[in-house]
Amino acid sequence: MTFTEADISAIWLTLRLATTVTLLLLVIGTPIAWWLARTRSFWKAPVAAIVALPLVLPPTVLGFYLLIVMGPSGFIGQITHSLGLGTLPFTFWGLVIASVFYSMPFVVQPIQNSMEAIGTRPLEAAATLRAGPLDSFFTVVIPLAKPGFITASILGFAHTVGEFGIVLMIGGNIPDETRVISVQIYDHVEALEFSQAHSLSGAMVIFSFSVLLCLYWFQRKHSAFTPRAIHSSAKD
Amino acid sequence: MQSTPSTDEKSIHAAFQLNHHNDKSKGFTLDVDITLPGKGITAVFGHSGSGKTTLLRCIAGLENPSHGHFTINGDTWQNDSIFIPTHKRSLGYVFQEASLFSHLTAEGNLNYARKRSDKRVSTDLYNLAIDIMGIQDILQHYPHQLSGGERQRVAIARAILIQPRLLLLDEPLASLDHARKQEILPYLERLGSTLDIPIVFVSHSIDEVARLADYTVVLNKGSVMAHGTLTDVFSRIDLPFGFGDDTGVVLQGEVSERDPEWHLSRIAFSGGELWVRDRGDDLHQSVRVRILAKDVSLALTPNENSSILNKLEAQVTDIGPDSDEAMSLIRLKVGSEYIIARLTRRSVAHLELTLGKTVWAQIKSVAIAR
Repeated sequence: MTFTEADISAIWLTLRLATTVTLLLLVIGTPIAWWLARTRSFWKAPVAAIVALPLVLPPTVLGFYLLIVMGPSGFIGQITHSLGLGTLPFTFWGLVIASVFYSMPFVVQPIQNSMEAIGTRPLEAAATLRAGPLDSFFTVVIPLAKPGFITASILGFAHTVGEFGIVLMIGGNIPDETRVISVQIYDHVEALEFSQAHSLSGAMVIFSFSVLLCLYWFQRKHSAFTPRAIHSSAKD
Repeated sequence: MQSTPSTDEKSIHAAFQLNHHNDKSKGFTLDVDITLPGKGITAVFGHSGSGKTTLLRCIAGLENPSHGHFTINGDTWQNDSIFIPTHKRSLGYVFQEASLFSHLTAEGNLNYARKRSDKRVSTDLYNLAIDIMGIQDILQHYPHQLSGGERQRVAIARAILIQPRLLLLDEPLASLDHARKQEILPYLERLGSTLDIPIVFVSHSIDEVARLADYTVVLNKGSVMAHGTLTDVFSRIDLPFGFGDDTGVVLQGEVSERDPEWHLSRIAFSGGELWVRDRGDDLHQSVRVRILAKDVSLALTPNENSSILNKLEAQVTDIGPDSDEAMSLIRLKVGSEYIIARLTRRSVAHLELTLGKTVWAQIKSVAIAR
């Protein structure tokens, strides 16, 4: 298994992209997951549906709209332009934004699930122990939802590594900027460089398999260790 | 906290109206307006579904009643324009089932409270709380490694460490077996006398109430059926639901004599004297005794030829029905206190019991509740 210099640079770019996207998604996705887990608002279902859209939409659809919005005459494009940032499509950060949308459900849903599993009792207990909402969020909710955060990070990272369609739509194929592994493999195949394609594809299979294996091992270990503080709140 | 506490306002006022429209229950309404003493132990007693827990949750600010008023010893926590959120109310709460944080050890749970306590927690208090609850050896354990009783004791210690001005206990013993209950009850008694704060606890066990409470609130279907001192409430025979075999009065007295020959103690109360088995209490120690109505029989003359030790001259003040159709409840005045006898209706007719009649109450057994 040998990698060309271009392969290595594609691998680094992919890792950089996936790390950035995962970190951003943990910051953005956590409050969304918390809101979805707690709210009884009418807007819960519509927001949950929007978050889940990338699961069913073809990446080309999402990519197409993002391209328009981020383009020179699009809403975001005009903002970035007036800020002197130019336009985002076909840049690394354009790719980051697209990936944040595209990987959102893989991060929000596991966090939301584990937050819902905590139930209300630990929060009530925290409130009777003088912990305000923010205090109990950081000292009770996040520690108890830890398995969800770990699952979310793994899935968010792995899913970003595996993107292809949206990268082509938004990022194109610019070395060191947007040419990630999946695009690099596509290039190799187009150029009939099958042995190179084999190396990278094989690496991707091994990577993805290992990640999923770790994930399932982790989940098995923690299914016996999910928050014990869940009790039906017996109304008397 | 609205106003500064003043010592001459030692009372708690709680008024709540709340409608629950659960899909499972047909709809439940809590409607209470009571004033409770601002010190000592108050028991909220009632059958399950009577709204006990909901009342406690309202006091804690965990429910959202359509109308709520709560003041404690001069502080207003809730009225039409004020709603102090739970985390800003100076209360400690022990939930019916363990509510320890599963990601923290027992010690971690205690420290969670210690860090957020209303006042700095002295090492003495910290050790006292651990000591009272007897949890020294399990501090390093996680909640899932503890038994139900151990978890509950940690939860009570945790609530003490917050140094609240009001301690709320929701059936703290419900999840425990009999032996464990007997073990924790003395701790709770000590709690009442060691901590100078009012304690409100919810229970459906008459034994627990008779043993712990100074003041009692009886709830039925979301409304207050009776409230008053323990002695008053337990001597009523007109409550709409009977206590059944557990009907009985509680009397407060003090040890006035100890008879080492027969291993008996004489308990003096304002209505007379009772002989009980000597538990080793000191002379003049105040004790609380419980006389069950089923253990009281009546005679028209003082019957000397009987094994019964305790006979009290009494006057019939009330005759009422029992939940059992064959039985009657007779309320008797002994000195300034009351006792209740549970007789068959046939005996009532046979003895021609009428209001004001003088009888001899023969008491088969007296239990010391505390």
